[in-house]
Amino acid sequence: MERVHRSLSDARRRALALRHTETLGQTAGAGLRNNTVIGWLLAAPLALVLVVFLVLPIVMIVVVSFWGATEWSIYPAFLFDNYEFLLTSDVTYRVFFNTFKYAAITWAFTLLIGFTVAYYLAFHIRSLTWQIALFLLCTIPFLTSNIIRMISWIPFLGRNGIANSTLISMGVIDEPLEWLLFSDFSVVLAFVHLYTLFMVVPIFNTMMRIDKSLIEAAVDAGATGWQTLRHVIIPLTKPGIMIGTIFVVALVMGDFITVRFMSGSQSANMGRLIQNDIALLQYPSASATAVILLVTVLILIGTLLRLVDIRKEL
Amino acid sequence: MEPRPKSFYALTAFFVLFLIFLYGPTVTIGILSFQGPGGGLTFPMRGVSLHWFRDLFEQQAVGDIWGSFSRSLVLGLMVMVTTVVVSVMGGLAFRKRFAGSTVLFYLIITSLVIPSILISLGVGLIWSQSGLPVHWSSSGFGAQLTWTLPFGLLIMFAVFNRFDRSYEEAARDLGASPWQVIRHVVLPIIAPSLIGVALFGFTLSYDEFARTLLTSGSYNTLPLEIFGMTTNVTTPVLFALGTLTTVFSLLVIGVFLLVVWLLNHRRARQGSDAGKGMI
Repeated sequence: MERVHRSLSDARRRALALRHTETLGQTAGAGLRNNTVIGWLLAAPLALVLVVFLVLPIVMIVVVSFWGATEWSIYPAFLFDNYEFLLTSDVTYRVFFNTFKYAAITWAFTLLIGFTVAYYLAFHIRSLTWQIALFLLCTIPFLTSNIIRMISWIPFLGRNGIANSTLISMGVIDEPLEWLLFSDFSVVLAFVHLYTLFMVVPIFNTMMRIDKSLIEAAVDAGATGWQTLRHVIIPLTKPGIMIGTIFVVALVMGDFITVRFMSGSQSANMGRLIQNDIALLQYPSASATAVILLVTVLILIGTLLRLVDIRKEL
Repeated sequence: MEPRPKSFYALTAFFVLFLIFLYGPTVTIGILSFQGPGGGLTFPMRGVSLHWFRDLFEQQAVGDIWGSFSRSLVLGLMVMVTTVVVSVMGGLAFRKRFAGSTVLFYLIITSLVIPSILISLGVGLIWSQSGLPVHWSSSGFGAQLTWTLPFGLLIMFAVFNRFDRSYEEAARDLGASPWQVIRHVVLPIIAPSLIGVALFGFTLSYDEFARTLLTSGSYNTLPLEIFGMTTNVTTPVLFALGTLTTVFSLLVIGVFLLVVWLLNHRRARQGSDAGKGMI
């Protein structure tokens, strides 16, 4: 029904457009030029912000990555020293590997949790009001401070924290566990805590657009709940999963603050490397690391983008 | 209604655990911020008091919290207004394909996925090399926009994907000018979503850390101030501050939700003129 309505209004729009062009004697080319002028007028503020605060900074970083540095200043030059130092150092490769490790583990957990939560909201909650209410309940923490959400793990995970004292009083362990706070465990825990929302939202959005009659059809054809999930829902949810993946991978790979805070400065990823150099005023070296990180992230995201048409899925 | 399958109860349990995971830590520091004066960063509670909240209001005890709060507030409002205006204009622009729109679209995606510290570093370098004073209201403001605008635009794309154009056609058929169509038809219809864009613009700016790190200059915003505290404050005053900011964020979210609810309510009441016509 809706499709009929849409195609009718499409036809009407085309007819109107045709009448317009006929009466005004415009050619198709002039119409496109007109679109372009209006489009750029409307998009001008957006373009301005992106050029000044995104494109130019990237250009600047690339330029500075070839500069030289003394202990207290940087000077223009065209040196490959920064890259040479980076690419011949063991540390770089370990940190590079660490960055991927965090991204992969976090991705797996956020996907599992996010998918389950979205599935529950989309298919097991029956009234739209409740769906919206529970969805908002999941979204609200995203709008509060990340740093405070990290801090709030301290009383849980500390040496004398809730987790340790509970486990000791239950007799599971005798000594407090040392690896709960300031370890890879706490880093990944914080990532999952902060970023699962980025999986829930796009997956839920895609699931809500699945035509419910497809699921009825599967059930009528004798599919079990598991088969429906495996052969109908998961394939149809893939675009949402892709968008969630893009968010989580980009956020984890670009992070430095979570790793620094939750590992107690004991682990590093690329972001930490950059931040360290910045703290030492070694901007050219920081820029070189930044260029490598940016190229890595863009290649990864570019690959993921080929698998999903974001604009269509919103 | 058909009976609930067994999986419903398992999934409900999972969802409840997820909510505890999501909110548990925040609630915990909420409780711990009422520690007695002798209490530490974890349980047990040594008495209940407002001691740590009182500490926050004594300027010299911990940094410049109220100064940074007011800067974050002003910056958040600036970013919010700019995000709404620029996102709506951008959203309208992208309704028609225009030469260069694909490039612009990929720039928006880049702005979303680029590691925040790169924006901080790049903007900081540009400002310092060209001798401009780094300030939260100039370089910091622009750096935050690269984070809030993509969210605003993604929301606008989602809104316009679902927008029924026959309303506009009806207005045009009745002789409305393009501006009148936007002003009296499009904007009122998308108004609730604009509240959403505004909420994102404000809260993302208010909580932003990485993109303001090197772009805010000598005056800290609140998240920077809080992060500074984590390295040298080891008393529950940190929790008290965390609780206050979280409560403030929740109030802001509440106000925005209320406005959306009121808008929808009013629309439901006044939107239809069924039964009011001439009989």
